[in-house]
Amino acid sequence: MGKTLMKGTEAIAEAAIQAGCRYFYGYPITPQNEIPEYMSKRLFEVGGVYVQAESEVAASNMILGGGTTGERVMTSSSSPGISLMSEAISYIAGQEVPVVVVNVVRAGPGLGGILPSQSDYNQATCGIGHGDFNMIVLAPGSLQEAVDMMQKSFDLAQKYRIPVMLLCDGVIGQIMEAVEIPPGHGKNLSEPEKWACGYMKERGGKRTIIRSLFLDPEELEAHNRKLEAKWHEIEKNETSCEKYLTDDAEVVISAFGTVGRIARTAVDDLRAEGYRVGLIRPLVISPFPYDDFESLIPGCRHILDVEMNWGQMLKDVNRGVRYRLPVSFYGRSGGMCPGVSEIKEECRRIFAKLSGEGGDQ
Amino acid sequence: MAEKIVYQRPKSWIEGVHTHYCPGCTHGIIHRMICETLDELDIRDITTGIAPVGCAALMYGYIDTDFIEAPHGRAPAVATGFKRIRPDRLIFTYQGDGDLASIGMGEIVHAANRSENITVIFVNNAIYGMTGGQMAPTTLLGQKTTTTPDGRDPQRAGYPIRVSELLASLASPCYIERVSAAKPAHLHGLKKAIRKAFRNQMENKGFSLVEVLSTCPTNWGMRPTVACDWLVNNMIPYYPLGVFKDFE
Repeated sequence: MGKTLMKGTEAIAEAAIQAGCRYFYGYPITPQNEIPEYMSKRLFEVGGVYVQAESEVAASNMILGGGTTGERVMTSSSSPGISLMSEAISYIAGQEVPVVVVNVVRAGPGLGGILPSQSDYNQATCGIGHGDFNMIVLAPGSLQEAVDMMQKSFDLAQKYRIPVMLLCDGVIGQIMEAVEIPPGHGKNLSEPEKWACGYMKERGGKRTIIRSLFLDPEELEAHNRKLEAKWHEIEKNETSCEKYLTDDAEVVISAFGTVGRIARTAVDDLRAEGYRVGLIRPLVISPFPYDDFESLIPGCRHILDVEMNWGQMLKDVNRGVRYRLPVSFYGRSGGMCPGVSEIKEECRRIFAKLSGEGGDQ
Repeated sequence: MAEKIVYQRPKSWIEGVHTHYCPGCTHGIIHRMICETLDELDIRDITTGIAPVGCAALMYGYIDTDFIEAPHGRAPAVATGFKRIRPDRLIFTYQGDGDLASIGMGEIVHAANRSENITVIFVNNAIYGMTGGQMAPTTLLGQKTTTTPDGRDPQRAGYPIRVSELLASLASPCYIERVSAAKPAHLHGLKKAIRKAFRNQMENKGFSLVEVLSTCPTNWGMRPTVACDWLVNNMIPYYPLGVFKDFE
């Protein structure tokens, strides 16, 4: 297909179609409205289904019902809408239904604002609804990554029968840049999924019940143990992290999403000035790449965590470096983005302090 | 002499199971009518039920079809999601009055308004049964519940909602009928309505809802026979039986 100049939301929508998604249920909310708009046109062209739900509550329950067929289904929303979806996502996790949710995060709390933010890190990674469960959360740092992760999201959702969220800060949704959307691989559904609903006839009368209700506590504990074992498997196999110039770095910036991209420019500039600085960026924020952070401990003297919120990832960064490295934080909130110069200034301050403590610089 | 079977377990009723419902509860009758319909139309193995939150949450323990569990009130949205992907399969929701007319009012109105090709069995017993007898949107004026200890007062709690009439005011739905499960004389109508609601779906006619007036002897604090009489004398005057919408 080659590279095309596209808007983030539209590229994400097209990538979902290329990944084999034919069923979209959604509700308008800024800044992700182009996804349902694009889907309402394109899905019709490719023989899929688009439903404008009456609310995010309904949209998320539609993907619950749709996902039980084993087909690739998705919804998209932004922060306040995701809060409404948290009920269904808990059921979806408990009922082990594969779905993909795109969250183009805007600034909160409450109605907040419509500009970019990363203030839903906790909501996405710390259990979005009630109960003992986890969700896979991917955090793209560029439009190309978002497009590539769309395919991965559907693959992971179906591999593990788990909800997967593509957590895009508003920048990813609203920028335009050149992307390549490779023709993806859908899922061959000529054979019905063994667990899926609606195939009782094909299964010779054997039925399926997709539920999360287990009134017997021993039965529920066994069910939750199964979910937990699945999550340990995911933790083992599916973490993903980029490390940039960290080998000799004294100060390492930790950041995810768009902030990671901004921080990379700061790293390049500071390297040109002679500072030994690097970047660590989780591409998958749930499960979190703790081991990659731990690997920084021998050479690194300081971690600077930079986010578009008041430091929601800090607890994972600290846990990753086993509380053995000093970690400081710089962030902006409310729709404000940390700039390259702000990050560089913060790094220079840290290097000055380190040299006062007797570092190499 | 040849044996003549006059009554037996429907094939769709799982063999050997008994319901958890209270003595005199009409859920068992309504379940049976669904099973007979699935048998007679020979659709059991292409049908998926949506189990509600409420007394019927465990109905998949009795009716032998595929089932999806839905959060409280969301069954019409879950059914929409499924049916749009599998239009060749049948799907029904089974919802109580708290589920459908209170927490799920948004979902039912919009599924009806899109005329989703689904079948909804709406069981109206004018009370929250599973949680122990609180006021429902359909609780009658003056009716005592654990949250209206002096009887429902419209000044404080509004008037009972007539769901069938409300949904019939929409242009889109195909079929809406209110029936009763209280008396033997009502059961023919109950069965006919359920059968029609499934047939409509098979013929792709769109949204069909059967409202079934039902008893809750336990939470009404009545013997089963008294409860049936109470339904006839109090519910039917406010919730008249009949067809409110039929596109045929």
